Amino acid sequence: MVVTWRKPKPVGQRPPLMRMDGVDKVFPGGIRALHDMTLQVNEGDFVSLLGPSGCGKSTALRLIAGLMQPTRGEIRWEGTAEIGVVFQEPTLMPWATVEENVYLPFRLKHRRFVQVAEDIRLALRLVGLEGFARAYPRELSGGMKMRVSIARAMVTRPKLILMDEPFAALDEITRHKLNKDLLELKEKISSTVIFVTHSVFESVFLSDRIVVMAARPGRVFRELAVPAPYPRGEEFRTSADYAALCRTASDTLHHAMGESA
Amino acid sequence: MTVTDTTEPLIDAGEQARLTARRRERVLRWLLPMLTVIAALVLWDRIVVWNAIPHYILPGPGLVARTLVQDAPILFPALLVTLQITLMALAVAVIGGVGLAVLFSLSRWTEMCFYPFAVILQVTPVVAIAPLIFIYVENRLVGLLLCAWIVAFFPILSNTSLGLRSTDPNLRDLYTIYGASRWQRLRYLQLPTALPYFLGGLRIAGGLSLIGAVVAEYVAGTGGIGSGLAFRILEAGYRLNIPRMFAALALIALTGIVIFAALSLISHLALRKWHESAVRRTE
Repeated sequence: MVVTWRKPKPVGQRPPLMRMDGVDKVFPGGIRALHDMTLQVNEGDFVSLLGPSGCGKSTALRLIAGLMQPTRGEIRWEGTAEIGVVFQEPTLMPWATVEENVYLPFRLKHRRFVQVAEDIRLALRLVGLEGFARAYPRELSGGMKMRVSIARAMVTRPKLILMDEPFAALDEITRHKLNKDLLELKEKISSTVIFVTHSVFESVFLSDRIVVMAARPGRVFRELAVPAPYPRGEEFRTSADYAALCRTASDTLHHAMGESA
Repeated sequence: MTVTDTTEPLIDAGEQARLTARRRERVLRWLLPMLTVIAALVLWDRIVVWNAIPHYILPGPGLVARTLVQDAPILFPALLVTLQITLMALAVAVIGGVGLAVLFSLSRWTEMCFYPFAVILQVTPVVAIAPLIFIYVENRLVGLLLCAWIVAFFPILSNTSLGLRSTDPNLRDLYTIYGASRWQRLRYLQLPTALPYFLGGLRIAGGLSLIGAVVAEYVAGTGGIGSGLAFRILEAGYRLNIPRMFAALALIALTGIVIFAALSLISHLALRKWHESAVRRTE
């Protein structure tokens, strides 16, 4: 089988993929979770939503996923919305093997297993779990379960992958490893990612755009560009550039929090 | 690690002691209950012998065992009748319980309308309903089945309902994002989630359907086609054949144990790959 992942384009020449336009979300009881959010995501972007808890970043993600409807404003897609999701928990079906879990998005689209077996194998190879296709989730470590979850999100090659603090519950070592692997993975499949996090270091390491958000009401505070080129590895993590970018992002985040406090 | 010329793994005294303790516990887990049962039987026998209790008041365990063998031509066909009703009732309870649970989960309205009836059937003692059933239902087998079913179906219904509602909210979201149909959601998410709950209900229902079958036989009384174990107990009671009553009782108890063990085995086989309750932990 020929691997036909979409080819990446340089920043600035990327066609738009999805656009949020003046989106408000008010929950019953009058709690304003998100206020006037405008965000354009282009093909091949790695966008991080960075902010303190209560800044509406998870709400934004649920709106983009179509799990909620905006109270005001609209979300426009170029073409149809094809989404893969990674939650904070691995969210695997415990009764199904690793490959059956990765098969789920296809199964729900009425595809037979044999037709997509090669895609599943490839996805598992990309996350480094080739040998675990027949294992059950309970036999895997936390980091490995997360890898299965990532394989499931990308196996259908969606236009956009949404990640909601996927590594927040993992230990530091596993987290660094998964950050690095996620970037390599993104290079290989050149997909578009929206990544929700409250870690400054994670957002700078991973993304080419950081959307810093503020709380009460949840809103976009400022958008930062991370001009460092991919691929990024350990040398980027220890570079002066990285430290400077983290400082900027951290200061912006503090402004955002100071303003709302 | 250095290379040693012993092939035995190195175990220190503490680890050796723990291993021995674990092995002892494994043996005792079987041995202890068996010894207790044997001790109880011996005690029963001694009480009968020492107090010279006549066999028409309390037969010893030896006599009960002899009666079981002697009366086998009467008791075993009766056991088959009771067993047949029990298993049929259990099968109908599974179909009815799971069917209703699925129906309730598919339609909130149906649940709101019919759940009260299920509760009423459950809380009304079957001995109180059974006489009515035998008045209205001509066929005795159907009447017996109906009684046993009323007792057995509720734990399956309520457990399966609980299971169908217990799906992981993140997985629910995932199914929504991938545009799963109602049927796919039921088939691939709700039913597997409900399986351990259903199996728990099934184990309770197995015992209850036996109880239901026996109670129904009592109420149905003598005459008609039925000559199940309960009927044999009644009959033996009228004739003051106490050893046969005990023998029939022992058969019912044994049947209950076998049903429970069989359902536990089914449950274990169905869940051993993934569910915490059945997964054997290595240490």
